[in-house]
Amino acid sequence: MKRGFALLLAMMIVATLFATVGVQGANVIKIGVFEPMTGANAAGGQLEVEGIKLANKLYPTVLGSKVQLVIADNKSDKVEAATAAARLVEKEKVTAIIGSWGSSLSMAAGDIVKNGKVPTVGASCTNPLVTQGNEYYFRVCFIDPFQGTVMANYAFNKLKAKKAAIVQEVSNDYAVGLAKFFTDSFKKLTKDSNCIVEVANYNTGDQDFSAQLTNIKAKNPDVIFAPGNFTESALVISQARKLGIKTPIIGGDTWETQEFLDIGKAAVEGAVFSTFFATEKPITKESQKFLAAYRKDYKKEPAAVSALGYDAYILILDAIKRAKSTNTVKVRAQLARTKNFPGAAGMITLDENRNAVKDAVIKVVKDGKFTYMDTIHPF
Amino acid sequence: MTFDIFLQHLTNGISLGSLYALIAIGYTMVYGILRLINFAHGDIFMMATYFGFFGVMTFGIPWYIVFPLVLVLTALLGMGVEATAYRPLRDAPKISILISAIGASFLLENLTTVLFGGVPKPFPTPEVFTDVVQVGTVSIQKLTFYIPVVTGICLAGLLYLINRTKTGMAMRAVSRDHETARVMGVNVDRTISLTFGIGSLLAAVGGIMWGMKFPQIAPLMGVMPGLKCFIAAVIGGIGNIGGAVVGGFILGIGEIMLVAFLPTLTGYRDAFAFVLLIVILLYKPTGIMGEKIAEKV
Repeated sequence: MKRGFALLLAMMIVATLFATVGVQGANVIKIGVFEPMTGANAAGGQLEVEGIKLANKLYPTVLGSKVQLVIADNKSDKVEAATAAARLVEKEKVTAIIGSWGSSLSMAAGDIVKNGKVPTVGASCTNPLVTQGNEYYFRVCFIDPFQGTVMANYAFNKLKAKKAAIVQEVSNDYAVGLAKFFTDSFKKLTKDSNCIVEVANYNTGDQDFSAQLTNIKAKNPDVIFAPGNFTESALVISQARKLGIKTPIIGGDTWETQEFLDIGKAAVEGAVFSTFFATEKPITKESQKFLAAYRKDYKKEPAAVSALGYDAYILILDAIKRAKSTNTVKVRAQLARTKNFPGAAGMITLDENRNAVKDAVIKVVKDGKFTYMDTIHPF
Repeated sequence: MTFDIFLQHLTNGISLGSLYALIAIGYTMVYGILRLINFAHGDIFMMATYFGFFGVMTFGIPWYIVFPLVLVLTALLGMGVEATAYRPLRDAPKISILISAIGASFLLENLTTVLFGGVPKPFPTPEVFTDVVQVGTVSIQKLTFYIPVVTGICLAGLLYLINRTKTGMAMRAVSRDHETARVMGVNVDRTISLTFGIGSLLAAVGGIMWGMKFPQIAPLMGVMPGLKCFIAAVIGGIGNIGGAVVGGFILGIGEIMLVAFLPTLTGYRDAFAFVLLIVILLYKPTGIMGEKIAEKV
């Protein structure tokens, strides 16, 4: 028995040795992928990684070297996120990093990439604080003030709502940010400082929302804005429907995952949210290339975040090409100069705060599918 | 707050409380008989929901066949955990078994993550259980009626088993002193294994009910319910099966009322359970219905 264990251990050590040699032997440029592969946000992280891997397959080389993806799982946890980012920066010595799904997780890595001077491109982290004051953080998506405004306009103009209730995931920077920007613009639109009738909080990982929703039902709002992780949001919506709340429920881009539909089933029918990209409206040549390759490889329709993961990768490659170097400071400087870069999810122009300025798409859940509804231009 | 709204909150509280009670029964039973806090209980509960998921969603077997099957599989899993993680340490100090229990818990969580991935999956929910009934302005899920009934049946069955059958007598004997029980001709290993089997079966019943109420399953889903049901068991007096039910209801209704009346404290909902635990441990360490006698060392 003991000998068996020793043998197994020896084999594992040898296997590890080979793995290390294999990586160090070749002439490669490393790009870190910093995503939640397990935990509450895993579905979103895995969708982004699908897009990143596809981009790596279509564009495997830059400056004559092979590009190698180093995937670090941040486990949907802020502490694990810092560890994962530190590993990419210090141990793996990557040229650039892509990620992460979830603004909180991205922010947890903020100081590490800044101090390590490694340019990082977020794919779908929309909270303004991710890039604020951090010269090394970029993103290929729009930010929450815009997204919150879009949804407030939708509620006011299309749903004719005068009173809104908010259900926010209070431990999630993304949800709190979105709720704040929604509130600000909804107040402006209705010219009524009491237009938000109830703000209900919940924690990441909660499964029972009946008490919060019962309080909301008592206030009878015209619309419920419920930004949060898709896992909890699907439960929030189905519990609201079971409590007899018939009010329209609207939210943000995180909802766009298959799990949201699987868990919410009939209850999420009619849920409306803002997102980045609709497969029905391919915008650029790159979109068509991405769509064809994605459908062929994964045999399904891509989510917006997959397109954004893809964009983050090709944007970094483009910057390395222009910098003609893998020096992280030079790559950063080129990234900051990105203008009218054609990505899969639309043209990317980075503003002075390193955020992409682009259109928002509004989608609705119809017949168990995400369906395109409208495109909203930035301001 | 109108009376209707209060009734709705109360219904929600009872619904959640009965679910906690259901899971806490299994927890407290294993403790009552073996004086062992089975920290893997929440993870066995999680495994049960995965068995249900694979049976219905992957293999397409109808739920009325899968759910009984889940009970059997989970009971076997519990006995397996006992045989590998606890039996070799039977005569070791209590602390070693406690550590082993935590290890078993981590093993199950991580094994599930590796095997099935960390992405949450939907749990199959037959419409007959999840339909909503309107009573005046109060909406009640049918599940809210079924869970207390199921809890009642489990409770009655368990009390009958422990107090009226030979196996139950063996369990009580083992809980007193397993060395003497062995001398008296009780098959200690089999009795303990059976205790774990039944405890896990109860976890599976809880898992199925939980899965239907919150149809989303993930490898770490057992952690919080496991802790809360442990707290429910301590509030009621750990080891006392009736106490676990009382504790479950106190915790469930308390949580809902906290969120209902003090919405700003929603973020401290889980903390509420732990505060309650600390208060109980400080002022009435044996719990509400706990035995007065001190545990023999």
